[in-house]
Amino acid sequence: MITATQKPIDEIKEAISPYKRVLVLGCASCVAECAAGGEKETGMLASTLRMAAKMEGKEVTIREKTLDRQCVKDFVVQLDDIIDEYDAVLSLGCGAGVQAVAEIFPELPIIPALNTEFLGETRDQGFWVESCVGCGDCMLYYFGGICPLARCSKQLLNGPCGGSKDGRCEVDPEVPCAWQLIIERLERFNALDRLEKIFPPKDWSKKQGQGPRKIIREDQQR
Amino acid sequence: MSRLEEVLKSGKFAVTAECGPPKGADPEAILKKAELLKDKVDAINVTDNQTAIVRMSSMAACALLKQNGFDPVLQMVVRDRNRIALQSDVLGAAALGIENILCLSGDHQSFGNQPQAVGVFDLDSIQFVQVVREMRDNEVILGGDALSKPPKVFIGAAANPFGDPLGFRVVRLAKKVAAGADFIQTQCIYNLERFKKWMEMARERNLTEKVYILGGVTPLKSAKMAKYMKYKVAGMDIPDAVLARLEGVPSKKQAEEGIKMCVETIQGLKEIPGVSGVHIMAIEWEAKVAEIVERAGLGPRPTKGK
Repeated sequence: MITATQKPIDEIKEAISPYKRVLVLGCASCVAECAAGGEKETGMLASTLRMAAKMEGKEVTIREKTLDRQCVKDFVVQLDDIIDEYDAVLSLGCGAGVQAVAEIFPELPIIPALNTEFLGETRDQGFWVESCVGCGDCMLYYFGGICPLARCSKQLLNGPCGGSKDGRCEVDPEVPCAWQLIIERLERFNALDRLEKIFPPKDWSKKQGQGPRKIIREDQQR
Repeated sequence: MSRLEEVLKSGKFAVTAECGPPKGADPEAILKKAELLKDKVDAINVTDNQTAIVRMSSMAACALLKQNGFDPVLQMVVRDRNRIALQSDVLGAAALGIENILCLSGDHQSFGNQPQAVGVFDLDSIQFVQVVREMRDNEVILGGDALSKPPKVFIGAAANPFGDPLGFRVVRLAKKVAAGADFIQTQCIYNLERFKKWMEMARERNLTEKVYILGGVTPLKSAKMAKYMKYKVAGMDIPDAVLARLEGVPSKKQAEEGIKMCVETIQGLKEIPGVSGVHIMAIEWEAKVAEIVERAGLGPRPTKGK
């Protein structure tokens, strides 16, 4: 999932301050799972902003709505009928959601309320951790299902570095050494010999080759 | 051929020392440090923005040393440069007459004074060794384009026998050798027993026949420094007994005790089969290197061409 956290409230207030009619727009997908931009968070942010406006004696209209997915055009067009009532949208979508809404309503300022963080997992209640960099060429098979690009602080493909001690990363003792995890896991599968070969330099053109990446699937097009 | 390569190939026990460039543009700073090492060591190893703190570039400092008759070892970390810049700098270094390159990952940027910097890590240290070897021996860069003139450099890499997991440490050494490392410089040795175990594993895999291993040593100035290194410096293994020995002498005599311990470690290293030399990292204490070399029975150094 894509994870995100809410921006500081003062930054949000500052960004919407020029507008009188604001739609606070949530997204019920990834950002709902990470408790940053779902229906609940959207409602809370909208009432916080309404309350703040009232306290400051400002006459503004702030309403909320949550889409199933902000990053999918078919869902965003559901706003067609109501969008004219607003002069700005405060989006609690991820960076992709914000841009999808902006693409569909080019005349309207779309303001992000979240900082998009990373591709990660919900490890526990209130605990999310990065696990994928979206490199476009998955190597998890070789590394026992643990990605060194996302989880090793130095992105080593031929680790571990000299700073791995007692299974911890030198950068922060709270961080498990990805390479220790890889080695332990491959040992369990009796596949440690997979690491004897030298992994060649990564082909980063699959991640950042020529502008934003696209996926085009003719079989999916209508 | 660099002096370091010459000494190692002749089968003599090599001595190198480390020199950190200044936090400024003053060329005298590096030359003054080097002057203290003149004729005491075979090569001077120049760090590359160590601990991720901005300093004069290692390449410029090495060029200054070369112009003044020293044999520099250029440290290059993959933290700050992508593969284009690394390969370009290897060619530049060779053009400046630098004949030794030590390929490293580099201390993580979060440790230094630019924690907001992007960590590049486009290549890792093993891949970098392989790239330099290809440039030198097969005269090509990554992707296969030919070089008009290859960089004739002696290639080094680092190893930490004290990192975990121990069993895999030797696999990583083997990978560095397979990638093309000519010499290996180890992390500071305080735990000689563990180092011996690692060397034994290296010999079992015949690695000591393929690569020159230089044991790393750093003299401890005080019990305070030992404590700091034991608990705060990544990848360091300082046994309790080492700390206790320093604490057991009055603070005014701890520096002398540290030198004595360093000399003993070097003497221990000389006895281990497969150890080809020593690398002395006297951090901001270069003045003591001559004394350590002398007391360890490593002087005088062989002169060039003999």
